[in-house]
Amino acid sequence: MTAERKIRVLIAKPGLDGHDRGAKVIARGLRDAGMEVIYTGIRQTPEMIVNAALQEDVDVIGLSILSGAHLELVPPIMALLREKGLDDLIVLVGGIIPNEDKPALKAMGVAEVFGPGTPVSEIASYIKRAVEEKYSAASGQRG
Amino acid sequence: MHDQSHTAADWYENRYRPAKARTGERQERFETLSGIEIKPLYTPEDLAGWDYRTRLGYPGEYPFTRGIQPTMYRGRLWTMRQYAGYADAEESNRRYKFLLEQGQTGLSVAFDLPTQIGYDSDDPIAQAEVGKVGVAIDSLEDMERLFDGIPLDKVSTSMTINATAPILLAMYIAVGKKQGVDPKELSGTIQNDILKEYIARGTYIFPPGPSLRLIVDVFKYCADHLPKWNPISISGYHMREAGATAVQEVAFTFANAIAYVSAAVNAGLDVDRFAPRLSFFFVAQSNLFEEVAKFRAARRLWADIMRNRFGARDPRSWVLRFHTQTAGVSLTAQQPLNNVVRTTVQALAAILGGTQSLHTNAYDEALGLPTEASAQLALRTQQVLAYETGVADTIDPLAGSYYVEWLTDQLECRIRDYIRTIDEMGGALAAIESGFIQREIQESAWRFQQQVESGERIIVGVNKFTTADELQVPIQRVDRAAQLRQVERVRDLRRRRDNRKVEAALARLEEVARGDENTMPAILECVEAYATIGEVCRVLRKVFGEYRERVVF
Repeated sequence: MTAERKIRVLIAKPGLDGHDRGAKVIARGLRDAGMEVIYTGIRQTPEMIVNAALQEDVDVIGLSILSGAHLELVPPIMALLREKGLDDLIVLVGGIIPNEDKPALKAMGVAEVFGPGTPVSEIASYIKRAVEEKYSAASGQRG
Repeated sequence: MHDQSHTAADWYENRYRPAKARTGERQERFETLSGIEIKPLYTPEDLAGWDYRTRLGYPGEYPFTRGIQPTMYRGRLWTMRQYAGYADAEESNRRYKFLLEQGQTGLSVAFDLPTQIGYDSDDPIAQAEVGKVGVAIDSLEDMERLFDGIPLDKVSTSMTINATAPILLAMYIAVGKKQGVDPKELSGTIQNDILKEYIARGTYIFPPGPSLRLIVDVFKYCADHLPKWNPISISGYHMREAGATAVQEVAFTFANAIAYVSAAVNAGLDVDRFAPRLSFFFVAQSNLFEEVAKFRAARRLWADIMRNRFGARDPRSWVLRFHTQTAGVSLTAQQPLNNVVRTTVQALAAILGGTQSLHTNAYDEALGLPTEASAQLALRTQQVLAYETGVADTIDPLAGSYYVEWLTDQLECRIRDYIRTIDEMGGALAAIESGFIQREIQESAWRFQQQVESGERIIVGVNKFTTADELQVPIQRVDRAAQLRQVERVRDLRRRRDNRKVEAALARLEEVARGDENTMPAILECVEAYATIGEVCRVLRKVFGEYRERVVF
């Protein structure tokens, strides 16, 4: 892993909801922040999301969920990631998520939850920090 | 010493410029949400050559700028129609009865995503979403429960349903029949606007060709059998929520509307047979004057399009009747009580703009579904405006304001330019297929986001006047038990009903779908045999195929 490699992010819309203004704004903002961003489009199954993550070799998956189905939609994705050996990916959730559900999502392995009104710049800095920490921890272990 | 200005130019030169040079202004440039630059002052000079009779006219008369009825709200207030629905039919039925008891005057049904996209509640793909953003309806049985104790000849019902609109309309007709209500007496609206689903909202199923055929089938069926029903609600709301400006909202809505009217006319329908029942749906956003001007400009422009472009002769065909909802995107998760204030101003814009019906959002909707208490407050907001403020006591009270009339003209002119551009591309469908409309909306969404992040645009409680401790408000939850109950119900129905009758009705529908007969009677037959939405859509998917999204980003 060279320092030159751009951070790679998959933005995905799981479930049946089609409201993707947020997903697209985040995708564009992260791209402007220097990341390589792939947006899946709407109505993605866990298989589609995990396959895309695998093929695109991403560091981060951002899931955009506005339908209130986050507690049902996230677990199958996390399970499939584990199954494919991708459980070191940083998974983020954004959308209409009540505060009281955040601990449950984190217990499932979600790294962070971003609610409405979060600036893209804040998400970008979070991702840069998290990816950096992950690689320094990984190289530390190897060394 | 300069005493009194004789012209605006005088005033700018002798009063305004020196004052501005001394104290400056809050911003370099003032503009509306559409990016229209706003001058410091509007005077009669801004309306030079403006003619009252041709630009405004009188309420209930062409070009309807001032309103579509001669008495407007002095005769009858707008319909207070709160969009509601969650979990299963019983839960939603309870909420409807609650809202009616609280003085709501029309119903508006929110369906869950599986119902909107044509999957039954026990379909594996539907699992996470049953009853989440609306009520789960699988069959006529659910629809009977949804309207239990609500006489369909006494209420008007709006249904936010698009790809599966013909099926839900068929169910509504069937419930009416069971209640002994003649379809001729049913009044209400189905959204049935698929083009904006490809652009913004995403609940499409079939490709554009067959989708437009289904829409025209509904137009024809309603013209023959449901004279009081609005067979479409051509919607700018969702495109605006996705990022469009006020100008884009109306331009893209009218471009879609032109595509529907053309499709129906090309299918042999006389324009005056269906045009009087076309209805529209817009947002009311926070820029009060721009929104009022938008509604007025839209009325004037639509009258011109119908009369002069389509040659409609019946004055009812020229009239822009619309529903309005306050802006979901303007609601903030931070300091959620501020949303009550935003919604009030937006609702005021809709009323001053002459809306026919109105939904006011609840303050907690950036966090989840509204609770009973927040839904009640949302309705009360309309009632306070209607009964306590006097804003409904005279027609189009902002008419004649130099600023509002200037802005109305500006908006109309910019909307016309956009429609011309889309016409030159070959119409709305071509502009959607090339990704033009989607890209325009995304550009506006991105511009807005950048303005918020730079602090150029202030959102109270989000990028200014923030507080560390956020108020925790209660969240409406969808009961897991209700979801499981719904799954069990549809499975049970498939055991109990006459499956031979269902099979025969579905086979008949397939035959009709493959030919060019109207699909509505065959769909009604399926529904009355208790075929499920998933089963009906499986047949239609087989015949029509499915639309694949072109991801534009």
